[in-house]
Amino acid sequence: MDLTLKIWRQNGPQEKGEMKTYPISGVEEDMSFLEMLDYLNDKLINDGIEPVVFDHDCREGICGMCSLFINGEAHGPGRKVTTCQLHMREFKSGDTIYIEPFRAKAFPIVKDLMVDRSAFDRIQRAGGFISVNTSGNTIDANAIPVPKENADKAFDAATCIGCGACVATCKNSSAMLFASAKISQFSLLPQGQPEAKERVLSMVNQMDLEGFGNCTNTGACEVECPKGISLENIARMNRDYLFASLSSNK
Amino acid sequence: MATTSKGLFGSSLARKYWMAISGLFLCTFLVGHLLGNLQLFVSGEEGKLAFNEYGHFMTTFPVVKVLSWITYGAIFLHTVDGIMLALQNRAARPEGYVKEKQSANASWASRKMALLGTLTLFFIVVHMKSFWYEMHFGELGVDANGNKDLWSLTVKAFEQWWYAAFYVIAITGLAFHLSHGAQSAFQTLGINHPKYTPIIKMTMTAFAWLIPAGFVAVAVFLYVVQPGQNL
Ligand code: HEM
Ligand code: SF4
Ligand code: FES
Repeated sequence: MDLTLKIWRQNGPQEKGEMKTYPISGVEEDMSFLEMLDYLNDKLINDGIEPVVFDHDCREGICGMCSLFINGEAHGPGRKVTTCQLHMREFKSGDTIYIEPFRAKAFPIVKDLMVDRSAFDRIQRAGGFISVNTSGNTIDANAIPVPKENADKAFDAATCIGCGACVATCKNSSAMLFASAKISQFSLLPQGQPEAKERVLSMVNQMDLEGFGNCTNTGACEVECPKGISLENIARMNRDYLFASLSSNK
Repeated sequence: MATTSKGLFGSSLARKYWMAISGLFLCTFLVGHLLGNLQLFVSGEEGKLAFNEYGHFMTTFPVVKVLSWITYGAIFLHTVDGIMLALQNRAARPEGYVKEKQSANASWASRKMALLGTLTLFFIVVHMKSFWYEMHFGELGVDANGNKDLWSLTVKAFEQWWYAAFYVIAITGLAFHLSHGAQSAFQTLGINHPKYTPIIKMTMTAFAWLIPAGFVAVAVFLYVVQPGQNL
């Protein structure tokens, strides 16, 4: 297939970027989107042009490293799919494809399509864990009863891969879907209870410090999330934060 | 785990709680206001006297006075909070996308809440100048019972096509604001339940369209019937 790619090129964090146009032919339907970019980069290198920088790692939809805003949508036109799992058969020969980096103040551009998502790591570090000693005295997982529904919901929340598509797609660049998933995966389980209040207060506080926007409940994040993380998690975070604020010791 | 939190003031979530609480309060205010307006369907001397009696009650009864101050406060809080949210949201994405397909994943009203709210605010200012200001500080005549003649002021306003049209457009904007906001407020306050959320969404969507439809019906009635011409 023949395509016209319009790609955001930006040399560094402080530099001014712009959309550049790259006509490309010989793309095959069975290529993944990232393979198509590899193929483009081969050609660019042959022509003595800087290859396009983009993030990726597992290429099987589990690590959350790939990103890209494709034709106006995070991870492209598919639903519940990451960019690395998007295939060129979703496009037609002759298409023009816009490829842009995830946009948010909290996700500064490193180069071209690569953004720095370490703000998510800092939210996680603010409380996305349980403080237990796991060296040598691990308790059997089945020793504490967990209701089946809660185990399922906690697992669903834990499938968030931290890709940042929710932020990229939100008109407010809000990180609520990510943060609420990371809070819920603990708050639904007995092991998460002792630190539940501190966790939700600290993680929300860090999220605000990073400069993400607020939630208008448009629901765009849930639609674009490759893992189908539910808005239910945001409601859970909203009520947990409310009760934690009213009943915390500090 | 070290905790730092802005609690119920200043954090992103708290700002939305205030938005939701003030918004839901204003929704109940709309119901009360509409019930009052429905009296305008009664024309003639009888309707005029009853409406002016009601106007007198609404501006003098202490409980209503307290409620009206809470309403002014709610509008102020909702507006200031809304502006702060909108500014923060804008700052969170300094450089936008070249191509963005927002309609693929979110409703129009949900993406235009600040615009629809601003239209509503503009309407509230005009509306209060037309009736609230005139009732409190203007020079109104009195009716046969000695009450200020708010009725004549009101029906005369809606005899003008442009006033009625502006009113209908503004109320339609409010309907869109509520079509997202009235159900969204529950999610903001943490209420999301497999059994109850569908009911909340249905009820609040009906609310969002029916209440404004009531306001519009009164306005259209006044414009079409022109009850002021017969007195
Ligand atoms: C009678 C008048 C009004 C009513 C009944 C009303 C009601 C509501 C409700 C229920 C919400 C949803 C809150 C939430 O999602 O938690 C909302 C959101 C909002 N309102 Fe209003 N509102 C009114 C007037 C205004 C005015 C005058 C403004 C300001 C200019 C405004 C600006 C906003 C904004 C910006 C939001 C979205 C906030 C966000 O989710 O980010 N509204 N409104
Ligand atoms: S919630 Fe979904 S979109 Fe957001 S980071 Fe997690 S997996 Fe990605
Ligand atoms: S590269 Fe790992 S999820 Fe796409």
